[in-house]
Amino acid sequence: MVTVIAEISGNSLHSVTAQLVGAAGGDATVLCPGGIGASEAATLSGVAKVISVEGDCFSSFDGGAWASALGSVAEGRIIAASTANGREIAARMAAAKGIAVVQDVTSISGNSVSRSIYSGKAVESITISDDTILTLRPNTFAPVDGGGSAAVSTVNQSADVATSVKEAIAKASERLDVADADIIISGGRGMGSIENFSHLEAIADQLGAAVGASRAVVDEWGMSHSMQVGQTGKTVNPSLYIAVGISGAIQHLAGMRSSKYIVAINKDPDAPIFGVADYGIVATWEEALPALADALSNL
Amino acid sequence: MADIAVLLKQVPDSNAKIVVSGGRLDEGSVNKWSMSPYDEYALEAALALGGSITAITCGPERAKKMLTDAAAVGVTELMHIVVDDLTTLDSNQVSSILTAAVQKTGATVVFCGKQAADTNAGSIGPSVAEKLGAACVTMVSELSGDSSGFLALRPSANGMERVAVSAPCVLAFDKMSTELRRPNVKGIMMAKKKTIEAMSVSDLGVDIGSSSVTLDNQSPPAEKPAGQKFEGAESVASVVSKLRDEAKVI
Ligand SMILES: Cc1cc2nc3c(=O)[nH]c(=O)nc-3n(C[C@H](O)[C@H](O)[C@H](O)COP(=O)(O)OP(=O)(O)OC[C@H]3O[C@@H](n4cnc5c(N)ncnc54)[C@H](O)[C@@H]3O)c2cc1C
Ligand SMILES: Nc1ncnc2c1ncn2[C@@H]1O[C@H](COP(=O)(O)O)[C@@H](O)[C@H]1O
Repeated sequence: MVTVIAEISGNSLHSVTAQLVGAAGGDATVLCPGGIGASEAATLSGVAKVISVEGDCFSSFDGGAWASALGSVAEGRIIAASTANGREIAARMAAAKGIAVVQDVTSISGNSVSRSIYSGKAVESITISDDTILTLRPNTFAPVDGGGSAAVSTVNQSADVATSVKEAIAKASERLDVADADIIISGGRGMGSIENFSHLEAIADQLGAAVGASRAVVDEWGMSHSMQVGQTGKTVNPSLYIAVGISGAIQHLAGMRSSKYIVAINKDPDAPIFGVADYGIVATWEEALPALADALSNL
Repeated sequence: MADIAVLLKQVPDSNAKIVVSGGRLDEGSVNKWSMSPYDEYALEAALALGGSITAITCGPERAKKMLTDAAAVGVTELMHIVVDDLTTLDSNQVSSILTAAVQKTGATVVFCGKQAADTNAGSIGPSVAEKLGAACVTMVSELSGDSSGFLALRPSANGMERVAVSAPCVLAFDKMSTELRRPNVKGIMMAKKKTIEAMSVSDLGVDIGSSSVTLDNQSPPAEKPAGQKFEGAESVASVVSKLRDEAKVI
């Protein structure tokens, strides 16, 4: 039996939840924190039942309270998403039960799982006990489709909250987050200036992509840290990653090398980014991006 | 200001090549060991607040060097729980050891990294919080506070939020915009004379049981087949066709 902790984003179910159910391999019980997304979770195929766990503690995120309330309902193998909140809940649930948690798993076969270590420079495979709690890397496991109609029940369960939100700061832009995007176009120092990122944004709009950045431009040009891809930024796993004017330092590769397809645009034919690119284009962005915009609009 | 315990882990430097042989990291090939990058921010945040700071690490002998580095930038107390091979321990065991170490210091505020650069896990901060019965805020990128409590900036579904939290608490740090302090010569000289309180897990008096996970094998990341390379912007249109027809990603 597998219990999936639904990932929620604001007031709705996050799409990664369907991937967790897919990885659970059928007969999953989905716990929805605060009941958020319960009716949507019930439509996922492979879901046996949905439990809305409702209580005051779910009005804002508090890892300790959420883990305590959800943990008292969860049974069997517990899996959650490898997101900031998912990892925190999973770690606290495991600690409370005195069992292990294995985070950011990228493949599961029976009790054998693998995950990335040393900032993506190696992979480890481990054998886990039956009760080990897992979090799964987003965009790695195939999602289930809709078409299910599981029953939804409600459990009232709250817990003590030890944190309180004093101020909410809205995102500076409405752009898609790199962590959620299926296509990412990232720029590096080779873009010359922060203003030139508008060219990347225009392509991102054509593709429905998120815009990412190397650490060089985050540190030196004050680009938002939330856009940074790499060892000290985000680990991303999109279907398509387009790196423009990025040299491909080992710390940048750490965050994006598991992307399904990588396109690199760089004027230096020897740039290390070409070592991981499926399609490398040796050109300046000044020439390549207009050609890319044209080609995309001709699709 | 409450006493702060900072959890620091020594990992291969982020510029180090990772060589795997016989299914394990070849430690001999690691040219430099450093403090895990986010732990540097945890340390910086503690130093910025001031007060009594204990740096705690659990790891092999080589980790002493990192504690000395922490002393060189101003940490007063150094604690080393000597464990030869951390890869034999599961998250529950490591967090039990570190929780016991924190309790020994008497600190009620714990700073750590959001994830270590070797495990990439993010398990230890929240696990220690759970075992201490403490609050936890992860992914902290800005911190203000005084003895009555902290205000921590963390990401939220809609952007960022400032969260109030007070001791007992664990804060797990992300990269911050503050510059990291570097040791000066005087600091380095003083640090060499600092004593490190070293002990084993049994000295600490904590029963960690046995590991419930087994590391079978470490390996290099899957090699990608060599990519296709094109010259000049003229090739962009054909790459776009390939993305549609070969890769089927657009
Ligand atoms: C502890 C640590 C953590 C780090 N974490 C990260 C991280 O999370 N993410 C990260 O990205 N980096 C990280 N770094 C930094 C990393 O080492 C590199 O310094 C950084 O990635 C370089 O960014 P870049 O590729 O944009 O710049 P550069 O290395 O300067 O590369 C610029 C590239 O642009 C090309 N170029 C120049 N002009 C043009 C043009 N007109 N058209 C096309 N191409 C052009 C050049 O050929 C060059 O390859 C970290 C470093 C350390 C020490
Ligand atoms: N062996 C250790 N010794 C000291 N601190 C540790 C150790 N392992 C983890 N930590 C702390 O916990 C954080 C998260 O580690 P992890 O859960 O392994 O990603 C690290 O950034 C450190 O601050």
